[in-house]
Order: sequence, then structure tokens, then C-alpha cells
Amino acid sequence: MLWIAIRMLTGDAMKFYGLLFGIAFSTLLITQQLTIYYSLIERGASGVYNAPEAEIWVMDPVSRTTEVNYAMPATALDAVRSVEGVEWAVPHLRAPASVRTSTGDLEGVTIVGVDDATLIGLPERMLVASKDILAQPDTVVIDDTGITNMFEDGQDPIGERLELNDQRAVIRGVADSIPSFTSQVTLYTKYSQALNYVPGSRNRLTFVLVGISDGEQLADVVDRIEAQTGLKAETRDDFAQAGVQFIIENTGIPTNFGITVLLGFIVGVAIVGLTFSLFIRDNIKQFGALKAIGVTNWSIVKMVTAQAALVGSIGYALGVVGTVLFIYGFSGVPTFKGFFIPWEIPLVSLGAVIIILAMTGWLGLRSVMRTEPAAVFR
Amino acid sequence: MTSPDATETAICARGITRDFKAGQSVIRVLHGIDTDIRSGEMTYVVGESGSGKTTLISIMCGILWPTDGEVKVFGTDIYSLSDTELVNFRLQNIGFIFQQYNLIPSIDAASNAAVPLIAQGMPLEPARAKATELLEKLNIGDQANKLPNQLSGGQQQRVAIARALVHEPRLVVCDEPTAALDANSGRRVMDLLREVAVAPGRACIIVTHDNRIFDLADRILVLEDGRITHDGTDMPDDH
Repeated sequence: MLWIAIRMLTGDAMKFYGLLFGIAFSTLLITQQLTIYYSLIERGASGVYNAPEAEIWVMDPVSRTTEVNYAMPATALDAVRSVEGVEWAVPHLRAPASVRTSTGDLEGVTIVGVDDATLIGLPERMLVASKDILAQPDTVVIDDTGITNMFEDGQDPIGERLELNDQRAVIRGVADSIPSFTSQVTLYTKYSQALNYVPGSRNRLTFVLVGISDGEQLADVVDRIEAQTGLKAETRDDFAQAGVQFIIENTGIPTNFGITVLLGFIVGVAIVGLTFSLFIRDNIKQFGALKAIGVTNWSIVKMVTAQAALVGSIGYALGVVGTVLFIYGFSGVPTFKGFFIPWEIPLVSLGAVIIILAMTGWLGLRSVMRTEPAAVFR
Repeated sequence: MTSPDATETAICARGITRDFKAGQSVIRVLHGIDTDIRSGEMTYVVGESGSGKTTLISIMCGILWPTDGEVKVFGTDIYSLSDTELVNFRLQNIGFIFQQYNLIPSIDAASNAAVPLIAQGMPLEPARAKATELLEKLNIGDQANKLPNQLSGGQQQRVAIARALVHEPRLVVCDEPTAALDANSGRRVMDLLREVAVAPGRACIIVTHDNRIFDLADRILVLEDGRITHDGTDMPDDH
């Protein structure tokens, strides 16, 4: 009977494709929007991800994220280094600044000062030049996404001179970094140089990046740093999560994306529900005839379930493949750099598809179940 | 199950009453019908629209519960069966031919004719093969792979007949089998039905008001206002 059910469904091409479209569109909308949402809020942790060597981030107790920070006295570095279990600790500066380009434009940038000796704090990979280029005087390295914000299409940023806090800066490299949430231009330079690029104030050390000794536990070292220095210390994962949480709590993004995902669900229910109920209505005589002939209600349930499962699996696959193609197709666009589909998101959209089909299938089944076999004689 | 007997009582209906609710009022459609349907005969149930003939055969074949009364089909009190047992009883013992055929439009003639066998659990290919044999007997074997919308009305009716007979039921119920056919096609279908559906141990009930085919009946029951007013081999003179 399942074969008959499938043929009943696929034989009505218009409704079959309508159902596929409904499920695929709904899956695409839910999966794509959740992917964009997830990838976007993950950028709240980009500052952490761009400094992969740091196992612990130490900061002023009021600092919340890499972007929302409060500078500490320079002596904090030595205080952290004196804590047992700290293998190394380096200074890290993150501060906003305004840059004037050679064409006279003004651009807001983030200055990141990395340790002069070890260059810890730079992104892992460079796209143009090597990390050693920072040894040259007045050198800054720009992030790849920042190029598109600061320069016109096709313009080579290498060698471009900038003016930062009345100081000369020359772009000599491009870092392969994860864009920040605001996609603001980031300029990496040595810590000692960054102090010159950021307008002066008494305290300018924003973070101390820490690596722990072999055999030490992260949580133990974090506790020791906080107890001995009075500063706030967070593991890499906790601090990354704090950045994500900050975006969630302080922007309307979850609400807006939530509305879009909900709309995707509602559109799915509407299209699939309408088409499926039309399909059932058009075939109600056939279902009634089957019931009269001697097909049990349970067999009818299995038939409708098989129809829903077929439509659901094909439509879901189309929707997920559509999302993959979308993300892949836009992977070269800076706006979508680093976007990926975590495995949990297709599971969420699968759950949504199952709910859509269960709801609409149940509504369709109700009318079939209510149909008396005797109705075929009327 | 009783052994096939050309003259056994196929259906024994006693005191069949059926009421329908229409708003606040209750309309009695059947008024205590008592009748027997015999095997080996083609029995017509005839009457005006609204006389209760469709309700009567619906009750006789186990798809509509009577308000009161008892129906035995080949000795089985069908309304004492559970829902599942009744559905299975219909599947094993009754073949249906509907006025509008109710063929499934997206499967071919052979598959449509094989539906009862598939519902009984027979694999698709053997069921189709058996259905195709019957279609050949009905002279539309060459149409077995065509979809219903590629067949004429008469051919669709033959597919419906094949579907009703493929599982060799002991009772065949037809609702207005000639209503959608012209006179010649209707006559041919009834000749065919008489040839294949009427057999020893099998009863055939036909609901119709097509007076062109009354002469093919072995027995005619006339229903008026929910009561049997005539039971004979011919139509009464006043009809």
C-alpha cells in the first residue's frame, strides 16, 4: 500500500512539487537564517579566536569582552607573571582609534598591539607578508576584511601610508583574521608601537595573554591569578562565550533572526498545510474507496505518513543543500567570511520539518479518518 | 465459513432501520427492512432518488451501521464484529464497483485492479499479474499499463469490475454501474458483469434506476420511502 501512497503523491505533479517547495523553502529559510545568526554572533568572540595562543585572558574586573574593556596599569603584567602555573604572559592592547588615509578619508579602526618579542596576539595566518614584517618601523598589518572597508576595489593596500594619532603608519602585511561583529577595520602592530598610535592615557594595557605550564589545570591557574592579582581571568572558551553572550544580550539580533526563523516555520506550515490538505481533499474519494474495499485506518495512517516522509526527506535535503550552496557561494564575500553550518542547525531544521509535517499530516489524516466508507456511494 | 452453494443465502437482513439526523430532527430512511439476498443471482435494488437504496446496500455490505436490525453476510453477523474484523471481512469477502469508479489516477489499470490483493498483503508484481489476467478476460488486457485518464469510460468501468473481482469475493456490490455510460456501453458492461460476477456461491447486488438494464436481473427489489414494495423477477407494471 505504501507504493500506492507514493504513486498517489508523485502522480499529482503540481501538488508534489508544491509540497517539495514548501518544505525546501522552509528548511532553507530556517537553516540559512540560523547559520547566519550563529556565525554572526560568533564574531563577538573573533578577538579571542584571532589570538589562538592565549589560553587565559587577564583583564580589569570591569572588562566584559575584547571590545568592551578597561585598561589596567602596566604593572599588571608582572603581577600575572608571578603567579604559579603561568608559563608565559604577554601584553595585549586593544583600543579604538581614528585613521586618516592618504586620500584624506577618516576611518574608525581597532588597534591591536601584540607582544613585541613573541608576536603573540597576531592571527595565526598571514595572507600577505610574514609576521616578521612587524619588525620594520611604523608597520601595521591590516585584516583582510578591513581592506574592503578602507580601500576601493582592486586597490593594493600594501605600502599605503596612514595617519594615526599624528603618527605615521605603513601597511606592510595582511592578516587572515575572523572579522569582528561590526566588521570594523583592525590594524595589528607591535605593543610598543600601538602605545604611540592610541591617544595617551595613564593606563593602556587592556589584556594580559597567558599560557599555562605543563601539568597545570586552566581552572586552577585562573583561580590563582584572580586571587593573587585581584584581576579578572577567563579561559579562552569562557571569554569567547562572554563575547557571544554580550552580542545576544545587547543587540536585537536574536529577536530579529528568531522572527525570521519563525516566519520560515509559519510559511512552511502554510504552504505545506494548504497543499497537503488540497491533496487529501482531491483524493478523499480514493481514500474512501480504499476504506470501503477493506484498507484499515492504520494502513491509511501509514500511507499518509509515507507520503509526508517522502516529501519531507526530499524537501529537507533540497533545503539543506540550498543552504550549503548559499554559504559556499558567498564564502568569498568578506561579509560572510568564516560562516559555516554547525551540525546542530540542520538538526534543528529537521525537527522543524518533522513538526510541520506532523501538524499538516495530522490535519490531512483527520479528514481521511472522518470520511465514512459509505461516502463513496453518495 | 460456509461452503459455496449456488442457492445459499448470501445476505440475511432483518429489521433494518436507519435514521439520519438533519439539524434538530431525525429522518428515518429505512423502516425495518427484512430481505434475503441469494447466491448465484444478480439482484437489483431499484427506486427513486431518496428511496433509501444506497443506504440499504451500504448497510448490507458493512460500511454503514444500521440504527437497528441485524445483517448476516454468509452467516456472519457483521455488525457484531470489531471494527478491524469488519474491515478485514470486507477485504476478504466483498467487491465494490462505484458509480464514479474511484480509480486511483496515478497508477495504471493493472495496479488499480490489483488494489484488493495488495491490501491483502500480496506483493505488487504477483498481484499485478493476477489483475492483468482478469483484465484480459474483460478484453482490456492491452490497456493494463495505461493510466485511468488514458482510458474511455467503459474501459475504466471494466477496470473497476476487475478490481471488484480480483480477490474472488463472495459478494459483489455495484452502485449505478451504468450511470456514466451510454446505452450500448452500459449494456455491454452489464452483460460482462453478469458473465463474470454471477457465479455459484457468489451474490451480486446492483443499485440502479437505469430501466434499460432491468431485463438482465434475476430478481428486483423496489424500494419506496425506505420500504420494500416489490420483490420479484420483473419490474411491477406501474414502474
